[in-house]
Amino acid sequence: MNSKFSYERYSRQTLLKGFGETGQEKLLRAKVLVIGAGGLGCPALQYLAAAGVGTIGIVDNDTVSLSNLHRQPLYTTADIGLFKSETAAKKLRELNPEISFHVYNERLTSSNALEIMAPFDIIIDGSDNFATRYLVNDACVLLDKPLVFGAVSQFEGQIAVFNFHSSDKSPAVNYRDLFPRPPKENEVLNCAEAGVLGVLPGIIGTMQASETIKLITGIGKPLINCLLTFNALNNQFYEISLKPNQDTRSLIPATKEDFESMNYEWLCAAERSPREIDINRFDELIADKDTILIDVRESHELPIVTEFKHQRIPMSILKQAMIKTDAGTIVVFCQSGSRSLAAAEWLLGLSDQTRNVYSLKGGILQWINQHQKKETV
Amino acid sequence: MAVNIIIFGQLTDITGEQNLVVSDVNDTDQLVAKLNKMFPAIVGAKFVIAVNKQVVSENTILENNSTIALLPPFSGG
Repeated sequence: MNSKFSYERYSRQTLLKGFGETGQEKLLRAKVLVIGAGGLGCPALQYLAAAGVGTIGIVDNDTVSLSNLHRQPLYTTADIGLFKSETAAKKLRELNPEISFHVYNERLTSSNALEIMAPFDIIIDGSDNFATRYLVNDACVLLDKPLVFGAVSQFEGQIAVFNFHSSDKSPAVNYRDLFPRPPKENEVLNCAEAGVLGVLPGIIGTMQASETIKLITGIGKPLINCLLTFNALNNQFYEISLKPNQDTRSLIPATKEDFESMNYEWLCAAERSPREIDINRFDELIADKDTILIDVRESHELPIVTEFKHQRIPMSILKQAMIKTDAGTIVVFCQSGSRSLAAAEWLLGLSDQTRNVYSLKGGILQWINQHQKKETV
Repeated sequence: MAVNIIIFGQLTDITGEQNLVVSDVNDTDQLVAKLNKMFPAIVGAKFVIAVNKQVVSENTILENNSTIALLPPFSGG
């Protein structure tokens, strides 16, 4: 650290015993990839950028929506509809212009994960679904990279450091040693279904940043081969030790080719079930430039929708039409919401699918009804 | 003989309590069987068992006053 600017910026942590300028130099040389710039990823990113981690990667292909803001205060109301990865990087550059940011505005899949993850020293999992969590875990084992895991549900969070080889030569544990196989469809509810206290991912994501800084600088006792649970309601922490599970090794792809042939979305079938969305979310997606909307009603069906831009591809020809689009999100709608749900299921069944497919619950009739009500109020 | 159970995450929606005391179980298999009887909705639920803060993957003998944690996976972020 030669510049006075850097010295001042990090002076309060370089003062710390055991940290010093050596610790700061280690942070500046470190490369950390944060997967998901949501509830966990935002606080992790903010503290890593503030602490001076020299190279930070951000992977996320989602856009900011109103229902994100209660737990992702890095974003503002004005950011709704903008890409999270780009928006986060812009704000973090303002926080610390000395850092090099790498933005991956794409969904992590088995075809791009190894290439994206390879240049980084430590991976932070801040994703929000099991498909990505198993994919990231397996990729970390294959690439032999430490994984700082965090996950939340309602009022509780979990934090762990996986796949880290300690100097005592104890074998490194990974997520599959804890949960060998992903849960089946609907076995575990996600945040959208079960809810989450807004501050909770803030706490857990900040702890992921803290564990990452400890791993890089070599201070303290990180949660290596341990799972820590925190309950925000009663402030209880509970730490358990993990051990390798011989049966799970065979579940992890052993080669790059095996990994790339894995379909994690399919493995976690719950993530492949089309989600029905309400009118508010539908209206958010109307404004999203990466979303296409498809009316799957037959051509004679009324009313004709003129309120927003969409394509009309009736169910009877949808299968022949084979939606060829780069859009990250497809939203289908029909009269009452049942045919569009079937259409969404079919679209999800297409091979090499990585995009989101949603069906408007209640159909266009309910949508029109609700908007007419709003106008008369 | 009795053991203390700590329940995490959405499993508490099934048990209604975060802490339980279960008696007359000698190992983790017996404990799971007893929990399945007490709470039919827990049958098939996904969780790991930790006995005295050490995760176990095979049937494990329990001692009086052991503390057993039932931890489900979380996906949210």
